[in-house]
Amino acid sequence: MLSRTADNLYWLARYVERADFLARIIKAAQRLATLPASYSGTGTEWESALESSGAAEGFRASRGAAEEASVIDYLSFAPDNPSSICNCLKFARANARAVRTALTSEMWEAINGAWIELGRFETGNSGSGRYNREELSRFFELVKKTSLDYDGSVDRTMLRNDAYWFSKVGLYIERADNTARILDVKYHVLLPEHEAVGGSLDYFQWSAILRAVSSLTAYHWVYRESVKPWLIADLLILKKEMPRSLIACYDNIVHFLDAIGTAYGSAGASQKQAHEVMARLANATTKEIFKIGLHEFITSFVEDNDRLGRTINEQYLLY
Amino acid sequence: MTLSDGAIRPVYSKVASWLAATPAEVLASRRSQAELLFRRIGITFAVYGEEEKNGGERLIPFDIIPRMMLRSEWSHLEAGLVQRVKALNLFLADIYGAQEIIKAGRIPADLVARNAEFRPEMVGWHVPHDIYVHIAGIDVVRTGENDFYVLEDNVRTPSGVSYMLENREVMMRLAPDLFAEHRVAPVENYPDALLASLRSVAPAPAGGEPTTVVMTPGRFNSAYYEHSFLADKLGVELVEGGDLFVEDEIVYMRTTQGAKRVDVIYRRIDDSFLDPEVFKPESVIGVAGLMRAYRAGNVTIANAVGTGIADDKAIYTYVPEIINFYLGEKAILKNVPTWRCREPESLRYVQEHLAELVVKEVNGSGGYGMLVGPHATKADCELFAAKLAQDPDNFIAQPTLALSTSPTFFDAGIASRHVDLRPFVLTSANGVRVMPGGLTRVALKENSLVVNSSQGGGTKDTWIVEDSIFDEVQPLQSQTQVT
Repeated sequence: MLSRTADNLYWLARYVERADFLARIIKAAQRLATLPASYSGTGTEWESALESSGAAEGFRASRGAAEEASVIDYLSFAPDNPSSICNCLKFARANARAVRTALTSEMWEAINGAWIELGRFETGNSGSGRYNREELSRFFELVKKTSLDYDGSVDRTMLRNDAYWFSKVGLYIERADNTARILDVKYHVLLPEHEAVGGSLDYFQWSAILRAVSSLTAYHWVYRESVKPWLIADLLILKKEMPRSLIACYDNIVHFLDAIGTAYGSAGASQKQAHEVMARLANATTKEIFKIGLHEFITSFVEDNDRLGRTINEQYLLY
Repeated sequence: MTLSDGAIRPVYSKVASWLAATPAEVLASRRSQAELLFRRIGITFAVYGEEEKNGGERLIPFDIIPRMMLRSEWSHLEAGLVQRVKALNLFLADIYGAQEIIKAGRIPADLVARNAEFRPEMVGWHVPHDIYVHIAGIDVVRTGENDFYVLEDNVRTPSGVSYMLENREVMMRLAPDLFAEHRVAPVENYPDALLASLRSVAPAPAGGEPTTVVMTPGRFNSAYYEHSFLADKLGVELVEGGDLFVEDEIVYMRTTQGAKRVDVIYRRIDDSFLDPEVFKPESVIGVAGLMRAYRAGNVTIANAVGTGIADDKAIYTYVPEIINFYLGEKAILKNVPTWRCREPESLRYVQEHLAELVVKEVNGSGGYGMLVGPHATKADCELFAAKLAQDPDNFIAQPTLALSTSPTFFDAGIASRHVDLRPFVLTSANGVRVMPGGLTRVALKENSLVVNSSQGGGTKDTWIVEDSIFDEVQPLQSQTQVT
């Protein structure tokens, strides 16, 4: 297929995934912010949301203090934030439009339909300080529904060929990055017990992390215990059953990159790197991870993940 | 829809009873369903200068009342279109070859030599099968029972075929009963026919499985939807200039598996942007070296480079002459009587009758650069008169025709509006073929003669129906009728 087409599909998947993640982050922060001060701990939910989204620097450069209205506006609608939800969906739609021929009509309709509705929310809500929480909540529902519709249409309608594989690789690279970010931002609340950070107050922060990645129920099914920080780390890093864990993402990345390599009759640097990251995750234990330092482990993972993105770009998408 | 005596034309009898039986609210709701469909599917066209609204994308209004034509009427038109496109292909081969028609004194030499659309680069070599115009969209209007006039021959990159196909799909969904009763000639095989045409003219080195692509200037082009639609229906790659490169006079596309050879390019990009080495050096949407590969016979470009000379409005006036010269036949379809402003006598006439005429720029398109005298203000006329005086060669003038009208649905009810028709004609190594139907464009403003989409015109489906189904006209059977 055309390199440009593969590139657009890869980024289309990444943008849809990113928009969904941002909506989840904001919802988690909103939930924490509504707790009485004695439950919510530090009161820095909006800082955390900015950090996890990767938009903190841009925000600080152009906005004041991190408050609900300004952060939500920046992460959701701000035209000057290249990674705002609206921009993600617009880029997704631009990518989709550029490769209409590579999309099934269901995929296109999922993206185009969202883009049409987006206009309505944007005109009503852009510009901080004029928030209607009910309206916002409908907006986040739209974003989540878009990613569900899109992923569903990808899985239900796409031919299993390189277009599908590149799209999937994009999705999982982005998701791995997102999961790693949220872990990194909250790593201080995930430190083992003897660091004595939390006790029961942190319970809500931990559940907020899980809720942000739609994993709270999964947690209970897997561990049948109340929420414990090292188990959260285990779930989100090392549990293959958990679809957002780093290892599950890499399981998929390896699988889809190998599929491309097989179909094309040759594998290259990206396949090699993906297998290396996978092996590291497969051999890791939570004990070791905390010994190295959770923050250090995650930082090095994020770097590896970025490097893989660049390698895929060089191997297949550059033209 | 009606004859001069006010009676409903037989071909519209079933449509008329359908309209009578369907309440206006139902028609209105069907129309909004259609718009929703178009919006969701993304059948839009970009309007330059409207980027701020809807991302610069606009829907072309769709009218749910089909335009009807009998097979017998169509056959006459079809024969005329085939004749016309055959002659234009012979003309192009001649103009870039021996130039017999000029030697014979049948058209003036300077009309070709000084024409901006003439490509000297094409002189002296043959394109595969001598086919220059693979895809043509010929604009016609009907003025009477059997009177068709050609308004314009579009032989560069005619657009609108996606609307012909989508309008049909939408009509089948919105009016299935009406559709079933009419046994409408299908147009859905157009993409197959187009692909077969394109493959039939592949260069010899391509072998049995030529790689065909559709080339677009990109997603900001007004017809981008159509480009992607066609590539999709053809099952071929939609490429931009940046996806292609030329090495050793062979065209390749950049793929995830490396370079892949390209044999046939259905380009939807104008000549002058194709190759910065030969045409506009600043063009970034073309491919450097494409013309070298083309002339080396390693790639076929459809439509051929240089076809613009054949749909020039100045050449248009000579088409009956062209048909006669190459085919020895009389033109089946009429030309609109045209004054060539380059001829002093005509110019004088046009200047004196500006308010009665339609004056067009020879190279204008899309309804831009024209004056519709009867509807123009005095100031418009004066402005145009000045332009005309300055560069008469650049203009032609035509009388306004008594265009046929077609019933068109509005919120306020059903009203007659002027229509034209763009049928699509494909030429392959195996012959010339016309899709039965085409794109009917309708002027939405009362009395307006301008049907262009960029000027607010709409479209409707065009139905070619067998004469025999009207032999005995029966009342519409309602499906809910209780017996």
